[in-house]
Amino acid sequence: MEVVGQLQKQYVDFITSLFREAYLDDQYVQLQKLQDDSNPEFVVEVVSIFFEDSEKLLNDLASSLLVSISLFWVFILCLRPSLLLMVVLFFLLFLFQLYSQQQVVDFKKVDGYVHQFKGSSSSVGAQRVKNACVTLRNFCEEKNLDGCSRYLNLVKQEFYLVKNKLETLLRVSITLW
Amino acid sequence: MNLGGLQAVKSMSVPSSSLSRKSGDGVSDQFPAGLRVLVVDDDPICLLILEKMLKKCLYEVTKCNRAELALNYLRENKNGYDIVISDVHMPDMDGFKLLEHVGLEMDLPVIMMSADDGKKVVMKGITHGAVDYLIKPVRIEALKNIWQHVVRKNKDEYKGKDCEQTGSVEDGEQQQKPPEDAEYSSSANEGNWKNSKKRKDEEDEAEERDDTSSLKKPRVVWSVELHQQFVTAVNHLGLDKAVPKKILELMNVPGLTRENVASHLQYRLYLRRLSGVSQHQNGLNNAFMGPTDATFGSMSSFNGIELQALASSGQLPPQSLAIIQAAALGRATNKSPVPVPLVDQRNLFSFESPKLRFGEDSLLNNNSKQINLLHGIPTNMEPKQLATLHQSAQSLGNLNMQLQSQSSQSGSLLTQRPQSQPRTPLLNEINGSHVSTLPSSLGQPIMSQALPSSVLPRNGIENVRGGTFGSVSQPSSALDFSVNHGTEFPGNSFPLMSNSGIPILTSKGMLQEEVKSEMKVPRGYLPNYDTFDELNQNRTQDWGVQTDGSTFDVSQHSNLQGSLDVSPSILVQQGFSSNLKSEQSRNIPVSKATFAVGDSRAGNISNPSQQLNSSPADISQRIKAERLPNMGFQNTFFPEQFGQDDLMSALLKQQEGTGAVESEFGFDGYHLDNLPV
Repeated sequence: MEVVGQLQKQYVDFITSLFREAYLDDQYVQLQKLQDDSNPEFVVEVVSIFFEDSEKLLNDLASSLLVSISLFWVFILCLRPSLLLMVVLFFLLFLFQLYSQQQVVDFKKVDGYVHQFKGSSSSVGAQRVKNACVTLRNFCEEKNLDGCSRYLNLVKQEFYLVKNKLETLLRVSITLW
Repeated sequence: MNLGGLQAVKSMSVPSSSLSRKSGDGVSDQFPAGLRVLVVDDDPICLLILEKMLKKCLYEVTKCNRAELALNYLRENKNGYDIVISDVHMPDMDGFKLLEHVGLEMDLPVIMMSADDGKKVVMKGITHGAVDYLIKPVRIEALKNIWQHVVRKNKDEYKGKDCEQTGSVEDGEQQQKPPEDAEYSSSANEGNWKNSKKRKDEEDEAEERDDTSSLKKPRVVWSVELHQQFVTAVNHLGLDKAVPKKILELMNVPGLTRENVASHLQYRLYLRRLSGVSQHQNGLNNAFMGPTDATFGSMSSFNGIELQALASSGQLPPQSLAIIQAAALGRATNKSPVPVPLVDQRNLFSFESPKLRFGEDSLLNNNSKQINLLHGIPTNMEPKQLATLHQSAQSLGNLNMQLQSQSSQSGSLLTQRPQSQPRTPLLNEINGSHVSTLPSSLGQPIMSQALPSSVLPRNGIENVRGGTFGSVSQPSSALDFSVNHGTEFPGNSFPLMSNSGIPILTSKGMLQEEVKSEMKVPRGYLPNYDTFDELNQNRTQDWGVQTDGSTFDVSQHSNLQGSLDVSPSILVQQGFSSNLKSEQSRNIPVSKATFAVGDSRAGNISNPSQQLNSSPADISQRIKAERLPNMGFQNTFFPEQFGQDDLMSALLKQQEGTGAVESEFGFDGYHLDNLPV
């Protein structure tokens, strides 16, 4: 009993801290409210789906940004060797033409992914993830590749953080109740 | 944080036992429980959460993650859903596209939702017809009230159907109106003249109803019999004592409200003043006839003819005749899209040449027949009208008259209803509404013309006003003019005519209210016209005014603008009194006269647009000058009882709608009467 009591207390403390640190927001509370006897595993279900979808989404995001990034790096690398410069430059120019279009398209695509991610994270209540998405989206609109890639990393980071915490939370809650 | 509470939250169970969902019609005894919702979203998390929330609200939920699938569901089961909630960004189909499809095919209310809360996107949702826009994350509180959209939609549909039924006559009339009239939009769509007249009645009805604080009175059609009863009652009581209440009692018609009578009375009073004769009926008929003939195109020709006719008839003072002719000639050149109403008015006045001088205004033609009645009046009326207009919603009649004259010149005035849109969307609307509703024969052309110039709100001329507005819509000044007046015309909602267009709308709205009961008078602008239209239809009057009214867009009738201001009022007056139906020819001369009176104004007529735009001061001046002719016009109008009494009555009714109109009429009428002829 004491253990349970202690665990419960830990749970409460933990979830309080999550809210305090904005990992989770009121939407999560809403989810909890939706859970009832007819659907006792509701929150777990939703969160699990969130995790799965988000992983996929993040991968897509990363890959869509990478194309532009790689081109960027290729350019830089090519500048060094002077002997191959001509050939490489030609090649690069050609590639750049190809990719430049993609680059524009990529941003749109990226924007689409980010928007979706923003939507699902806000539906779950992952506040920090959502905020990071908003900033990332701004960079996308500005077509700021550098900013985008940076914030993409941030988004990823936040996601894994909240995923971790939620998993712990849910595990404890299942154990306890 | 009430985390402790969270733990206990689990036991929130839905009392499914208490649910009595009916999948049949979606409206159960425990409405809104059982509301059938279709949710479309490509995000499975969101879908899941929404489903849960909706179930918690006791709704029946169907989820769908693809738009195409959703459309299939909807198509298969036409009545299977009450409302649709859709995400904006979806991979297979844009949410807005789905929104459009659903709106067109199934006409269900659709709620959009998105994590995107940018103003543009939300605006896009609204413009595409979404009934609501939710921002993700969606809270359950937001979903609890979605049933309101279902109820609202059903209520509107009901109203719309109602209109269809009651407005069947008007519909027929509307058909007459040239498609151009479709311009004027319901008051709801301010400045959106695009609504075809065909729909106008229905829409107007619905919108008017909506606008008029859910005033759901069925439109009262002032049939000949009804009008006769009205006239009898009025005569029995005596003009002075003819208060709506007493008239109503005397008439003893079930279903007729005091307001109906009041607005009808307004118009008649106005006409009376115009003609100076207590022969409402004739005047009314004439008035209506004139405007409807939106043959503004041939205004010049008409004008001459009408004027002569008028002169010959002795009713039209030679000078007015000259004026009218001048105006007509001046206008002929313009042929601007003067709202038909104006033309109609002229027709009214011109009597002789019902054939829409304007040529363009078929409406006028319709009215031309009846225009004869107004021959003498128009010329008189116009100046008078102008004066009255100036006063305060001199009554659309003036406008109509003016319009007519103007329209006759521009020809397009009357028939233009739909045309004049550009100028003052409002005007157009009003005009359109008025015009279209009014029997084409009704001085719609007058109205359109008259309206723009300003006086729309006046007298039952409301219709006229509409017409005038149409034509006059251009002249912002005219509008202002009318606006001022319009405001005074409480009954007729015309006051709105002013340039701002908005006022017009309001006036229209007002009129509409009245009209609704009476007829499908062009929106707000000429409620009476609607009835007239109905009446006229039989008469073959070209009330075209109706359409003209819509063409009040006056703005188009740039020609008339200058002169329109004046004439509209006049036209309006005339239009009303003279059963615009046949008035067209009459209106033309009348309007011409009025224009002539304005002389400077008349000249302006040729550049209606410009003139109309002239400051209201001009208009007022014109009106004053034209007051005189109005008087004559009135006389001629009233005697002519084409049976357009209905129109008049309708017009009056409209004007009286608020009772205030009455005063205005009286006021205007006085002006006219006082004008030394």
